[in-house]
Amino acid sequence: MTDTETEAGLERPAARRAADEPPRPRGIGPLGWLRWAWRQLTTMRTALILLFLVALGAVPGSALPQRPQAPERVTKYLDDHHTLGPLFDRLSLFDVFSAPWFAAIYILLFVSLAGCVVPRAVHHYKGMRARPPAAPRNLARLPQTATYTTDESPEDVLTKARAVLRGRRFRTDTGGAAVAAEKGYLGETGNLVFHLALLGLLFALGVGNLFGYKGNILLTEGKTFANGLNNYDQFSPGRRFDTSELAPFSLTLDDFRAKYELKGDKRGQATDFTGRLRYRTSPSAPEKPYDLKLNHPLKVGGAKVYLLGHGYSPVFTVRDAKGQVAFQDSVPFLPLEPRNLTSEGVIKVPDAQPEQLAFYAILWPTAMASSDQKQIVSGFPAPLRPVITITAFKGDLGLDSGTPQSVYKLEGLGKTLNPIKGGVKLLEPGESFKLPDGAGTVTFDGLKEWTTLSVNRDPGRLPALIAAILAVAGLVASFTVRRRRVWVRASAGDDGRTVVEVGGLTLGNPTPEFDAVVTALRGEPEPAETQTKE
Amino acid sequence: MDSADLANLSDKLMLTTVVLYIVAMVSYAADLGFGRRRAEAAVEKKVLVGAGGPATEEPAEAPAEPVRRTDWARLAVTLTALGWLAHLAVLVTRGLAVSRWPWGNMYEFLTAIAFAAMTAFLVVLVRFNARFLGAFVTLAAVIALGVANIWLYDSAGPVSPALNSYWIAIHVTAAITATGAFTVAGCATILYLVRERRDAARAVDAPGGFWSRVPSTEDLDRLALRVTMFGFPVWTAAIIMGAIWADDAWGSYWSWDPKEVWSFVTWIVYAAYLHARATAGWKGRKAAVLSLIAFAALLFNFFGVNYMFSGMHSYA
Repeated sequence: MTDTETEAGLERPAARRAADEPPRPRGIGPLGWLRWAWRQLTTMRTALILLFLVALGAVPGSALPQRPQAPERVTKYLDDHHTLGPLFDRLSLFDVFSAPWFAAIYILLFVSLAGCVVPRAVHHYKGMRARPPAAPRNLARLPQTATYTTDESPEDVLTKARAVLRGRRFRTDTGGAAVAAEKGYLGETGNLVFHLALLGLLFALGVGNLFGYKGNILLTEGKTFANGLNNYDQFSPGRRFDTSELAPFSLTLDDFRAKYELKGDKRGQATDFTGRLRYRTSPSAPEKPYDLKLNHPLKVGGAKVYLLGHGYSPVFTVRDAKGQVAFQDSVPFLPLEPRNLTSEGVIKVPDAQPEQLAFYAILWPTAMASSDQKQIVSGFPAPLRPVITITAFKGDLGLDSGTPQSVYKLEGLGKTLNPIKGGVKLLEPGESFKLPDGAGTVTFDGLKEWTTLSVNRDPGRLPALIAAILAVAGLVASFTVRRRRVWVRASAGDDGRTVVEVGGLTLGNPTPEFDAVVTALRGEPEPAETQTKE
Repeated sequence: MDSADLANLSDKLMLTTVVLYIVAMVSYAADLGFGRRRAEAAVEKKVLVGAGGPATEEPAEAPAEPVRRTDWARLAVTLTALGWLAHLAVLVTRGLAVSRWPWGNMYEFLTAIAFAAMTAFLVVLVRFNARFLGAFVTLAAVIALGVANIWLYDSAGPVSPALNSYWIAIHVTAAITATGAFTVAGCATILYLVRERRDAARAVDAPGGFWSRVPSTEDLDRLALRVTMFGFPVWTAAIIMGAIWADDAWGSYWSWDPKEVWSFVTWIVYAAYLHARATAGWKGRKAAVLSLIAFAALLFNFFGVNYMFSGMHSYA
């Protein structure tokens, strides 16, 4: 491959280019084999194959459910596919991007990249400091050439050439009767920066995975969250995470507001979510307000807090058979459908006497009759006419058995926990339901909203951003800047005039700059007789 | 004019755009098939030399010919320009109707991609005189607009709150621009592969026939590379800006969402193409095939990912 055939910024050093099929080693010992393997690994062909394998390997990561993103869908997949499921699982196809085989591919790729880029960087650094290569003997054979005669002396021509080329920010060197000049190192520099930045990006990703943490919490209006391991509903630390990295901040959700489109065929579509927070960076720090919105995370104590989802938490007061308040709190309900937020939830009242009470309830934020008039549905996601249907149970909640329970599900239904006969009722806010047989009363006091918040800290965030910006800048430089060489030779001609030969070599396509250089050298307005060879 | 009128106007302009593009496409085809003979050599030279710097020569003017013959080329280019203006107006009126950037759903997104592809074509038309691509790019644009209107149409309205960010102007615009460029590069690459097979079969171009108006494999290859070299950094930037946005919206700058996976796959395969293009033994046919695989991944990222997988990019 010659220089003229190469596109700007895509040139490779000899190591990558030539080693298409290095000779197989014969009786060269382990060291020889290692060198052979290294040379194989750093060839462009290997790099291309590895690139392709990375792309291919990523595909199952989009086609199959992935554990880090959707563990419940992985479980479902395993339930539905009894033969393929376990096989896929053994191949780590449900967590492709942490799979050992995927890591093997990208580590090989990055080793191959480093093996190519690092020697190139050294070579380039030396090249930038070395003198521009001396003029070839025959300048007329270069892709861009010009010849003219002048009355100036050869020395004057060369002095002028140096000045012109330096003025155009070429590096120049005079050897014999010729000036050699070179510029456009930024192209290769950009190329190297791009590749090294990719290594940096991988490093930043690793740092984030090792030292960061991520957790989710559900917070109902009026409640406070203090940053601590036990207060998370879900928490996934990095392998090298240390609890001391949990900054001691706390936040209180005062009010959550969702806005919806009220008319037209997009009626019911959410247009804005705002969570009004008060937060402290530490227990002794002053409290500050913050409006948490999508796309506007709260930065606090090195962590970021995001608004994820929202739903309703109806507030209930339960009195037991003795008339004592056994329960009074908001209970988060989970949406059954995302459009109009029909939600379900359970209320567990372990303190009720003589028997424990439990309720299963469905909430319609805007209750209305379905089109066939047979059931209640929710017609709008905002609580325009909230109605709850409640089903009462009594017996043993099973909370003392020691096995952890979900707060969204009743355990032991039909066994330890039995429905109360006639214990089903529709309630609107403020209404009470007196349970049959004097088992107690339940009051639907009103509706609050909850929001799920994601809290995370990723120390690799900033390095990743810097690496990414460097990568793009390097890429653009490598695609736009080309290395250019110009040689000017002046010698005395037969007729006493000075013959000036100018030759130009540009990596990639010739640029019009060469013509400008020649015109400036001649110092004449008329166009020089330049030639560009195809 | 209120927003309903503007939305209505946008839909009407869409029809105008499609009609203009269809007629332009037929004109380009007619130009390729039996257009006036121009100095084709000059056209080819321009593709070769004009790149990178200001154009060095203008295409030779066509010799005077009898007036009654239709100048398909001029007709096609005029219609394309008019269609492009109508297309621009579609986007502007839609944007005004909804008071936001007009790429918030799949209909608007695909409409914008078709616009980017036409814009990229107009750029290569002016810069490299690549008129031979006209029939193919307008065909792609007509198909895209057809799909957008028949299957993806969505009435004007607000977007989900997650999309309410200035990043939509940056991230999505970059993705659209790169996709437009890749579409033009894809057209040139397909022509390259067909021409390459034809050349291998030593077919002779009939003077004045279709193939005499298509540049050599070398020039097609070079044109495809140039356009890809524009699209690739823009695509890289689109992915990175998406990551920055994701970091603000989803709490993680990279979470292997299906859209992210396929953007990554597309990026990797285009990177492989750019490397292959500069490697002995891989340039030419193999590199061209890689470029088409990358383009297929790009298309799959648009259609497949949104309709087959569920992920955080499911805004359709």
